Amino acid sequence: MQWETVIGLEVHSQLSTKTKIFSGTSTAFGAEPNSQACQVDLALPGVLPVLNKGAVERAIKFGLAIGAKLNRTNIFDRKNYFYPDLPKGYQISQFTLPIVEAGELTVQVGEGEKAVAKTVRITRAHLEEDAGKSLHEDFHGMTGIDLNRAGTPLLEIVSEPDMRSAKEAVAYAKALHTLVTWIGICDGNMQEGSFRVDANVSVRPLGQTEYGTRREIKNLNSFKFLEQAINYEVRWQIEQIEDGHRVVQATVLFDPDTGETRMMRSKEDAHDYRYFPDPDLLPVQLEEDWIEQVRATLPELPQQKQARYQADLGLSAYDAAVLTSSKWTADYFEAMLASTGESQAKACANWVTGGLAAYLNQTSNSPDQCPVTPGQAAGVVRRVADGTINGKIAKEIFDALWKGEGTDADQIIESKGLKQVSDSGAIEAIIDEVLAANAKSVEEFRAGKEKAFNALVGQVMKASKGKANPAQVNELLKKKLGAG
Amino acid sequence: MTDTIKSLSSLLTEGKTSSVELCQDYLARIERLNPALNAFVTVDAEKTLLDAAAADALRAAGNAGPLTGVPIAHKDIFCAEGWLTTCGSKMLSNFVSPYDAHVIEQFKAAGMPCLGKTNMDEFAMGSSNETSYYGPVRNPWDPSRVPGGSSGGSAAAVAGRLAPAATGTDTGGSIRQPAALTGITGLKPTYGVVSRYGMIAFASSLDQAGPMATTAEDCGLLLNVMAGFDPRDSTSLERGKEDYTRDLNLPLAGLKIGLPREFFGAGLSGDTARAVEEAITQLKKLGAQTVEVGLPNSNLSVAAYYVLAPAEASSNLSRFDGVRYGYRTPEYKDLTEMYEKTRAEGFGSEVKRRIMIGAYVLSHGYYDAYYLQAQKLRRLIAQDFVEAFKQCDVILGPTAPTTAFKLGEKTADPVEMYLSDIYTIAVNLAGLPGMSLPCGFDAQGLPIGLQLIGDYFAEARMLNVAHQYQMASDWHTRAPTL
Repeated sequence: MQWETVIGLEVHSQLSTKTKIFSGTSTAFGAEPNSQACQVDLALPGVLPVLNKGAVERAIKFGLAIGAKLNRTNIFDRKNYFYPDLPKGYQISQFTLPIVEAGELTVQVGEGEKAVAKTVRITRAHLEEDAGKSLHEDFHGMTGIDLNRAGTPLLEIVSEPDMRSAKEAVAYAKALHTLVTWIGICDGNMQEGSFRVDANVSVRPLGQTEYGTRREIKNLNSFKFLEQAINYEVRWQIEQIEDGHRVVQATVLFDPDTGETRMMRSKEDAHDYRYFPDPDLLPVQLEEDWIEQVRATLPELPQQKQARYQADLGLSAYDAAVLTSSKWTADYFEAMLASTGESQAKACANWVTGGLAAYLNQTSNSPDQCPVTPGQAAGVVRRVADGTINGKIAKEIFDALWKGEGTDADQIIESKGLKQVSDSGAIEAIIDEVLAANAKSVEEFRAGKEKAFNALVGQVMKASKGKANPAQVNELLKKKLGAG
Repeated sequence: MTDTIKSLSSLLTEGKTSSVELCQDYLARIERLNPALNAFVTVDAEKTLLDAAAADALRAAGNAGPLTGVPIAHKDIFCAEGWLTTCGSKMLSNFVSPYDAHVIEQFKAAGMPCLGKTNMDEFAMGSSNETSYYGPVRNPWDPSRVPGGSSGGSAAAVAGRLAPAATGTDTGGSIRQPAALTGITGLKPTYGVVSRYGMIAFASSLDQAGPMATTAEDCGLLLNVMAGFDPRDSTSLERGKEDYTRDLNLPLAGLKIGLPREFFGAGLSGDTARAVEEAITQLKKLGAQTVEVGLPNSNLSVAAYYVLAPAEASSNLSRFDGVRYGYRTPEYKDLTEMYEKTRAEGFGSEVKRRIMIGAYVLSHGYYDAYYLQAQKLRRLIAQDFVEAFKQCDVILGPTAPTTAFKLGEKTADPVEMYLSDIYTIAVNLAGLPGMSLPCGFDAQGLPIGLQLIGDYFAEARMLNVAHQYQMASDWHTRAPTL
């Protein structure tokens, strides 16, 4: 039997407001437990919530970025349940009338030139407050409650069940992560829980139209875990069905140590949250003026940039996608381009998607610690373009800049004597030496071994310490060997 | 002799007494009479006298406001920094508030010393003050009878002259009904006029704080202190400050009083009907005209209220879980048992009944049939008033169907108890201002209350009518002999 996987994601994105969604307390991460919890956060008798407009603005920004419908009137509801880290005994959320509805996000699935575009529909995004934290480890037989996080603003972004593989789910989650950080509504820090993913996973026989029974994997805080958890869950569900069991609707947790999911609660244990409109808060009215003010603060979005890079700069879809994988990358690329001119778009793109990405990966430095400025990188590209150096030397210069051995390309070229040799006489002299020393290769070439030619080119380049103009070397060598 | 806050303010201004002396007098009276009345949960003479000394100092420095030095009692529903704030419940029997409610801040800023915290029905749920964890309050007119509720302690304190004025809160009649049953004047403002910040929530969309005193004029002076925009309450209305006493002395000539036919039917006791009729006659003498109006949906107001108020209460009271403050059961095996025992032991039976009703009407499968239906009724009830106010300036009727009833008389039948608020509840559902003032006594010598209902923000007009009536009558000056 052929199976099809169906996935929908719910993403909790922590909004980057300085203060909480319903109180004036700081949202800064990592403070002493309960030092950022005022009387409102503690739910003392008599306190009342007051909505933070900054949270609403961030939600509007998101809605505009995914081309969604913004509900001009939206309301906060109470979701009632008891838990020690939920001080009021209810969470203020949006249920019947969320702020954002019906948007979409198109993402690139797959690597390189084989990547395909996939559009995921976003059902809704709503504002809500986070709960506090229950700490079970540090207290013998007791639970500690830290309410610093209680009341932190969240945007819960709910997709349609449009994804058909873990890869698609990860691509969508990454694109969403890029978007929320790009437009500046979330810091995207997954270790600190600023971006958490719940995955609703089901399987069905290929061709069947109705969905299978889903299980929800809660609180995945890395893309790697998201992929592992979905893949495990899919295998597990298929096995269950093939073994003659039914999948029962449930909420499960992923254990990164075992790589398995395990049941947290079944549907039978599900709460009746008794949602109703919060009488302490008025309906939120989004005036057109306000929406337009927010729209004016939206930067050019990744998808808009991708389209522009392809149409105006002639870059491939893949390059355009990689260059817009983060705001930092796109800004870096555009800063280089401003210095080199658009004719060097491909060369700049190659540096950003190739060398720079590799360097950053190797050192696992975060981009803000990147030692090579866009201006320095552009200087190298310019010198390749005007023939001062070749591509091989360019790598050497980038390397030197990365290690802090020099201030800019020209200074390094000068001090290390890396200027390309384009003097035919000088190159011919080197070729003569190489031919004399490599009689065997010459013979092989003459006997028809094409590879021997490349070996000779390599020897000439080596003898010139990489500085010879490669095109001239090719041309002159062919002439000398009488092959041209 | 009735000391109004207006007269006390004059005595202070003229230097004939000091705030410390006034407070000492009231504290002495509380000490003598409170054991029988049980109007106060907490009295703290030391705190009161510190407030009084500060008020006298303020006056000596020439910085006194109109009511500086005049003492007031506060319903134990208002959080007051450093004061035990119980809301009449075992659940909060150990809760000393670390902060002041907006209303408390306002009275502090006006320099009015706090005489103590008054008894109330538990979490303001009751119409007789019999659901208090601290025991029932007795009606000063007849200690075998209830003072009404839920602001029964405040009403009894003012009626017994243990305090010249008190704060109350009104969710379905909790200022007006006890004012009627104890022969005092009480006002519930338009929803949103007084901030709810720091007032322990019962039903957030209905709760509103207001003054309780012996005269309409005093209520106006107190409302001047209490009212005002507060950014900490999202339902607080952003309106300019107004002087609620500005229209007190306007003549009533041309005033159109609406008489809802639904308020004068069966169920109204003979004495109450007679006293209300006599008040109407009096007002006509003062130049008012009457017009019959209809509030056709008002008979549904008790039903709608007992869906909506418990629904909100069930959620509002969830924070009382024994985790962070208040009562926690001494022994429990696990979290679930801690919750269950804490709430089973910490709440009284009326509170539990309403939490159960509220959780039920909000639960999956019943929400549409109960909660949404009740919301629709609420809109219809409010619309009735909009129509009625096209024909009249104020609406008049009885405050309560009967005078004060005996302790225990209605405790066995919750529905009978709920019907005590049959004339007051619609006003909360519509968010309108309403007040009760004394208009006579029944055959047993128990006070009868007259209810006035104003249009939105027409508190000044309502107070004008009440003040003119009080200028022409003396019911409000009568006090029980204690």
